[in-house]
Order: sequence, then structure tokens, then C-alpha cells
Amino acid sequence: MIALYLTLALPFAGALLLGLIGHRRVADRVSMAVSGATFAASAAVAVRVLRAGPLLSGGRMFYIDAFNVYLLVLTAFVGLTTAIFSRPYMAHEVRAGRVNARRMRLYHSMYQGFLFTMLLALSTNNLGILWIAMEGATLSTVLLVSLYRTPESVEAAWKYFILCGVGLAQALFGTVLLYFAAARVLPRDEALLWTALHAAAPALDPAVVALAFVFLLIGYGTKVGLVPLHNWLPDAHSEGPTPVSAILLGLLLNVALYAVVRMKMLVDPALGTPLAGHLMMGFGMLSFLVAVLFLHRQRDIKRLYSYSSIEHMGLMTFAFGVGGPLATFGALLHMTVHSLTKSSIFITAGHASHIAGTQRIERIRGLIRTQPAIGWGLLLGTAAIAGFPPFGVFTSEFLILIATMKAWPWLTPLLLLGLGIAFAGLFRHLHPMVYGERPAGQGPVAANMLPVVVQLALVLWLGLAIPGFLAHWFDQATHLISGVALSGSGL
Amino acid sequence: MTGLRGLDLTQQLILLLAALVLFTSFVMLAQSRLVGLVRVFAWQGVLLAVTTGLVAHVSGHAHLYISALLTLFLKGLLIPWILHRLVIRLGLERKREADANRTLVQLGGASLVIFSYYVALPAVQLSTLFTRNTIAVSLAVVLLGLLLMIVRRKAVSQVVGFMSMENGLFFAAVVATYGMPMVVELGIAFDVLVAAILFGVVFLQIRASIDSLDVDRLNRLNESEP
Repeated sequence: MIALYLTLALPFAGALLLGLIGHRRVADRVSMAVSGATFAASAAVAVRVLRAGPLLSGGRMFYIDAFNVYLLVLTAFVGLTTAIFSRPYMAHEVRAGRVNARRMRLYHSMYQGFLFTMLLALSTNNLGILWIAMEGATLSTVLLVSLYRTPESVEAAWKYFILCGVGLAQALFGTVLLYFAAARVLPRDEALLWTALHAAAPALDPAVVALAFVFLLIGYGTKVGLVPLHNWLPDAHSEGPTPVSAILLGLLLNVALYAVVRMKMLVDPALGTPLAGHLMMGFGMLSFLVAVLFLHRQRDIKRLYSYSSIEHMGLMTFAFGVGGPLATFGALLHMTVHSLTKSSIFITAGHASHIAGTQRIERIRGLIRTQPAIGWGLLLGTAAIAGFPPFGVFTSEFLILIATMKAWPWLTPLLLLGLGIAFAGLFRHLHPMVYGERPAGQGPVAANMLPVVVQLALVLWLGLAIPGFLAHWFDQATHLISGVALSGSGL
Repeated sequence: MTGLRGLDLTQQLILLLAALVLFTSFVMLAQSRLVGLVRVFAWQGVLLAVTTGLVAHVSGHAHLYISALLTLFLKGLLIPWILHRLVIRLGLERKREADANRTLVQLGGASLVIFSYYVALPAVQLSTLFTRNTIAVSLAVVLLGLLLMIVRRKAVSQVVGFMSMENGLFFAAVVATYGMPMVVELGIAFDVLVAAILFGVVFLQIRASIDSLDVDRLNRLNESEP
């Protein structure tokens, strides 16, 4: 229990502390230390949940079960690796004169603030707090997206703010409707608690709950980056500082999808129909197909990988929508490997754009000759995200494909076609960037590749053999979400 | 379903307030001057606070009084004041906004209201005249706020539209469910306040970078750029 409070209190305190001292030189180390301690605390929570099962705090404010515990650890972990990466990266930006000391203070403080909102959103048991944390995540990152104050970055921040704000307003309306439905069957102070709602779900009025889910899906779906509500995502991720893109893509999208899936877990027993799943499948498939086509048209390296994220989030939403143990297990695994891979890609892409002095793909050339670690990092990361075996993304995509073949055979060709198009789209841009001669005057930059190595090694490990305790978690989470554990379903 | 006669006095009053809140949304759509727009928005906040106070009085939920005061202070005074100061500071007080065909916008607003009733109609739980009306009206206020954001070009009007959407949500929460639990309401109020301040900051950044607040000119980021 104390570990859980620490997990939340550390980044919060870090945000306050760095708000005071963020302009000093020591700030990046403080940020790393806070993120490291948060990760340690979240790991302690995970051990506790692994040993003793779901954790419900006094007052029922927080609830940790198999589903959110691994996301909690993942979030703290990516927060830590990105903090490590941001040290050389932001130092380079300060030297280049793109940010000054005051903005660095804002950056460090809001970075921890963002991590706090993510961890709060994951661990809370109250759907109202979940909404507040999601809105807080937007608020804490708006000024980070516009950190460079270029016209493009300000425009991106405005789009991000308005689109996510409007989207989340829909989610709040959905939450109010859900509360309205629940207030008839539950005491008022329990009617927003997820555990109470989940227990009472079959008694909720189906018509109101269905309406609520539509609003919640649109609302949180905006933050997942589902087409047609995805417009903010490539802009915000290409114009903000790269560490911010890495945590937004690696964490925010996951947490938003987590919120959608939690709502689906409430709505399914209340409705008794597959409406929620079908809606998620439709939106997921649309996002997947639109994003793979857009991959081909990109000229900016960070926009390229942003569209790749939309593609993968679409695939996960689709898989959760298909439901059933196999698809759910695949989607949970995919959430993990996508986060790890995508944040390591963004780390290397950030360094690559420093090497070339631009984010434009056509001017990034000869990375392997210039700095082998970054060239190979980008190549391997992209190979992993495109679904090459033996990386973990292959495993999860394979599971999702099998599940689709069983449940909706006629959708499988669409998925395969999309994966093929995505593969071509990524590699036609990647080849000229990593291979070829080194352009004149291009030299290596200071980079810490440790996070990339660790994350890609983890993805590789997950592709070769999922460790027993992790498989057990995924299986428990699968059981929670789909009602059947994979191990007991005979698959 | 005995019509208005079947409702008691407070329910009738709340329905009247709901109609007034909806009316202010339409006035906002018609108002082309920014100062006027902010003023109407303030009135909507005040109406919301009055509604909350009335519901607090009827239901006896003490925390709703706090919520009413908070609404009055935030939505009726502080946020309009911030927006008003921004409009003055940015020198926009005399500007009229040339927006899309105003008649068309009003008609569009009217059809959104009908659509809201259409959405709220089938829910069994909403079968009473009172709840059906309030849910439908609050949904309509949300959608009208969205419409305002779509048809206007000035960043300030978009923010007013956004905040007006929040008013609609808040109205739904207060009238349909006697407000959310206190901790949630405080959190939402905090988020709204921070959002209002951040909007001001982003305005100044937009102003500094493109020397205008016409969001039409925020068009550098798109897929077809060379």
C-alpha cells in the first residue's frame, strides 16, 4: 500500500521540486532520480499484487489488479528510460539555443507532472478521477508541445489542446451519464467507483449505458488517436521535444486505451450485446487502414512514426473489440511491446534528427556510417515495430491475426494487407536514412543508447519467450477483460 | 407524462433555467463581437450557478452549495474576467467577426437541439418529462458549444465555445444526478481553471508567432506540405 502511495507521491513531489530548481544544471539528474525511485516503487506494487492479488486501498480510492499493474510498471519504466534519454538530448537543445533555462524548468516540472497524471489515471478506482487525470495529462503537456515557440509548435499545441479538450468533454458527458445510470442502483458515493460499478453492471439501464459508452469511446478515443479524431497526434508529436513525443506516444495512448477498455468491461455485462466490441472494432480497423496509407506520404521522421503509432493503436483497439481470450491476450502484449519499441524508436529518431540538423526524412542520410549505434538502433527498432520475427511485436500481431481468423475470417485479409502496406511505408523511408554515404560535415552527437538497448532487448525477449510471471499477469488480465483466461480456454 | 402540470414548482423552475441556459447558447452563436460573447458566457455561468443553488436547496445536498459558489466564482466571474482582459489586451474589443452564414448557423443550432431530444428519447430511464428535458437540453448546450467552435475563426471564440460545452456537462451533472461526488467536482473545477489560464498563455504564444488570433492562419501543419 505504501509502495502505491509512493508511486504517486514521488512524481508529484518531483513536479513541485523541479518547478523550483528545474533551471539549475542538476535538474536533469534530479528528474532521473525521481523517475528511478518511482519505477522502484511501482515494481514493489507489482510484487505485492503478484503475491497477494488485487489491491484495494482504504476508502476504495485506488484499485490495482492484474490489468493495470503491468501498465503501471511499464509507465514508470518508460518514464525512467525517457528521463535518461532526455538528459543528453535536452542539453543539446540548450546548447543550440532552442530552449532557455526558464523553459527547462517548465519542461522538467511538467514532465514529472505528466507522469503523475498517467500513474493516477492508471491506479484510481474512481471514474471521475480517471477523467480528471486524463485532462490533467493534456494540461501538463500543452506547454511542452509548444516548448520551442516556433509557429508550427504553437499551432500543434493549439490543435492538441482544442481537439483533446473537446474529446475529453465528450468523455465527461459519458461519465456523467454512467453516474446517472449508476445512481439508481448504487449509493451515491459508490456510483463512480469502478469496482462497485463492475459488480452492479448487470443492473444498470442498458439504454443509458450504451449512450454513455458512445461518448466515452469518442472522448478517450480522441486521446488514443483513433481516426477520424487523430489530427492532433502527428502534429503534437512532430513539433514537441522528442522526449515529450516519446512519453506521449509510449504512455498517453496506452493509458487512454486502458480507459476505453475499462469502460468496455463495465458496458459488456450491462448491455449483454457486443455493441461496445463492434464499435471498437470499427474504429480500430478504420484507424489501422487510414494510418498505414498515410505512412507513405510522410516527409518528417517523427510524423512517420506518429502515424505508425496510430496504426498500432488502431490494431489494439480492434483486438480488444474482437474480445475473446486470444485477441485480448494479444492486445495486452501488443500494448507492452509497442510502448517499449516506439519509445526507443523516438529516442533514436531524436538523435538522428540532431545528427542531420533537421527532421526532414530526405535530408537524413547515412546514419550507420555516421554513428553506427543510432543507425542500427533505428533499423532494428523499425524492424521490430514492422512486425519482424523474432521481436515481440511479431508475436502479438500473430496472436491477433489468429484470433481474427477464428472470429472474423473475412477481416483477416484486410489486416494482412494493412501490415504489408505499413511494412513498405516504413522501409521505403528507412533505407535511405540508415544506409548510404555519410553526407559531408555530418558528425556523431552525444547520445545515451542504454535505454534503447534495454528496451529493444526486452522486446526481443518477449518475442522469444514471455517470462512466466508476466504471462500469468497477462492471463489474469485476459480473464478480467474477456471473462476467460487463455490458459483455461483450450487454445 | 401529464405535461407541465404534473411537475412541482422547483422542477418547473429548473426547466425554465434549462431553457434560459439553452437560450444563452443561441445568443452566443448570434453574437459576433468578442466582448459581447464573453459577457453572454458569463451570464450562462451565472444561470448555471443559480440552477445549482436551486437544486442544492431542493435536494438538501449541502455540497451542492459549495459547488454553486464555485461555479459562480469560476464560470460567472473569474474565467469571463480573464477572457475579457485578454480581449482588451489583444486589442480585439472593436473587431466584429465575419462568420459563416448566421441564419444557417442558427438553423443548424436548432436542428442540433432536435437531434439531442432524438438521442435522449429512447432511454427508458429518461421516461419522465423532467429528466428527458434536462438531459436533452444539456446535450444540446454541449453540441451548440461545439458548433460555436466550428463556425468561429477567432481563438477566443473557440475557447468560449469550449467552456460553454463544459457548462452543458456541468448542467447535466447537477440536474440529472444532483452533482458528482465532491472530490470529483473539485478536481473538474481545478482542471477547468487551469485550462482557462493555459488558454491565455497559448493565446499569447499564438499572437507572438503569427501576429493574429485567426485560427485560419494556423495552417502550416498538414499532409500536403511540400
